Amino acid sequence: MSETITYREAVRAAIREAMEHDERVFLMGEDVGKYGGSYAVSKGLLKQFGGERIIDTPLSESGFTGAGIGAALNGMRPIVEIMTVNFSLLALDQIVNTAATMLYMSGGQFNVPLVIRMATGGGNQLGSQHSHSLEGWYAHVPGLKILTPATVQDAYDMLHLALKDPDPVLIFEHALLYNSKGELDREIAPLEIGKASVRRPGKDISIITYGISLFKSLEAAEILSKEGIEAEVIDLRSLRPLDDATIMASVSKTHRVLIVDEGWKSGSISAEIMARINEQAFYELDAPMQRVCSAEVPFPYANHLEQAALPQVEKIVAAGHKLMEEL
Amino acid sequence: MQIDINQARSYYRQMLLIRRFEEKCMELYSHEFIRGFLHLYIGEEAIAVGVMDAAGAEDAVIATYREHGHALARGIPAKAIMAELLGKVEGCSRGRGGSMHFFDAKTRFYGGLAIVAGGLPLAVGMALADKRMKRDRVTVCFFGEGAVAEGEFHESLNLAALWELPILFVCENNRYAMGTALECSESEQNIAKKASAYNISASQVDGMDVFAVAASAKDAIAQIKKDGYPVFIECLTYRFRAHSMFDAELYRDKTEVEQWKQKDPLIVLKNKLETAAPGSQLGEDTLEKEVASVIEEAVAFAKNGTLEEIADLEKFVYSTEVRQ
Repeated sequence: MSETITYREAVRAAIREAMEHDERVFLMGEDVGKYGGSYAVSKGLLKQFGGERIIDTPLSESGFTGAGIGAALNGMRPIVEIMTVNFSLLALDQIVNTAATMLYMSGGQFNVPLVIRMATGGGNQLGSQHSHSLEGWYAHVPGLKILTPATVQDAYDMLHLALKDPDPVLIFEHALLYNSKGELDREIAPLEIGKASVRRPGKDISIITYGISLFKSLEAAEILSKEGIEAEVIDLRSLRPLDDATIMASVSKTHRVLIVDEGWKSGSISAEIMARINEQAFYELDAPMQRVCSAEVPFPYANHLEQAALPQVEKIVAAGHKLMEEL
Repeated sequence: MQIDINQARSYYRQMLLIRRFEEKCMELYSHEFIRGFLHLYIGEEAIAVGVMDAAGAEDAVIATYREHGHALARGIPAKAIMAELLGKVEGCSRGRGGSMHFFDAKTRFYGGLAIVAGGLPLAVGMALADKRMKRDRVTVCFFGEGAVAEGEFHESLNLAALWELPILFVCENNRYAMGTALECSESEQNIAKKASAYNISASQVDGMDVFAVAASAKDAIAQIKKDGYPVFIECLTYRFRAHSMFDAELYRDKTEVEQWKQKDPLIVLKNKLETAAPGSQLGEDTLEKEVASVIEEAVAFAKNGTLEEIADLEKFVYSTEVRQ
């Protein structure tokens, strides 16, 4: 049975269910308790579960993220909430040097079943220290799994999948998605970690994207469709592992590739996807691959500037046209 | 002070094992059997031996990259440690860790962590889990005085005190963070005082005296188990050897090193025993022989160990690759 709820409610429902079913699960982060979460995701959970399981932390990202690792090593299933991806850089040492390496450097003795959630992305006029999309950076690191739920269903499913995973999983929730509404069916089996989803079938162009850019891409695909160009839209869902099989199957069908990512282009996940297509499906390509990404600037505050920096539907449509111009 | 001769002998043997093991490591390093970074514990043996005597099997240990002594004192077999140093599958981390990354689930030894102060937040989380699950355990967390300059030190002490967590913090103050003396890096050089500022019961102890360290750690663990609050011990010690194998020791005076060598923990133990029970015999020669044979056996075991198949290079990046 499905219901229409917000992305925020979906994440909250998943946390609540997980905590009801598993005593080992707890939520820890800045203002997750009394304040209700800076994006109100955990609102009401303190009342239901108490301060021992909904833990407000001081502003010590490295300290409480490392504590999440320690608790995970010692039999718990912690969910660490970091307020935004920019703040997660203060915990980078623990995430990259410890969470990602522990299993490997201990020769398989100590896995880290830790879930870290954080808000990502721009569009809220929050300036250069609250708006970036750094999930692609994290996807660089072996030992981590990087999830980017776009839909309400995935916001719900991915938290459950992450908690079941024996290794550290980072979930990136685009801040502008929290109010978005969608269908949630709690009964259906979730699509596993590492599987991309074809959100719109098409034969002319493969648009490869994730997170909030999925919705911009779907909108652009509708516009292109009216012009007779049928774009296939792939929601990556997971940036590590990347679903090469789904990507290559689509490329082999459409022979034209457009990647849409709110991250920057240089040294990015979009570049990685292009590289893999070059390695695995170069001869399938009928045109140079295109990208619509954020402008290479720290994000500006002024609305018109910020909007100019972000991927937009018109830019995706224009890139689609350019792709089709090539013979 | 009363000293039990068997206790003294046991401490002496453990410290001697660490001392001779480290000397062997140096030799093996110069013959290129051991590579990478190698940080020797010589001079600091009394701390690991004293604290491990206080820690129970159920307690967890988190140490640093200078952890050979801790691993030996915790009871990880010398063979498994030596095999690790030689990069063999039989090593305590299957040759994946090396000198700086010893791990052992059996003895609850969680590293072997080589980011200074990086282990402290882990201790907070381990203890948080124990508290939540109402387990009667302590997490023992070792770190050097260099860690005090890191933010993670302060974040972790605050969290431990704020959340009332069962952690024994053991600061091994050997006066130098690599080549930077404490007085060149800290405005307040009494580290126990810093811990006190977080409302943690803290004291300084002579880190060259195994009896003093053990007594202090035993009191601390009893206190932690009784009331659940963290305790902080600052052990004043000295590293007799260079920081690592790539250290010309330009930053300290030879006379300073020689002065500290007068306080060698092995000598301190013998002197204390002589004062407490004149004429009692440790049986040093026998202990030397015992220790030598343990090390000889460990080296032979490590040299005969197997190298992991290159096909398994990617194994253990994720748990899915762990073959049960």
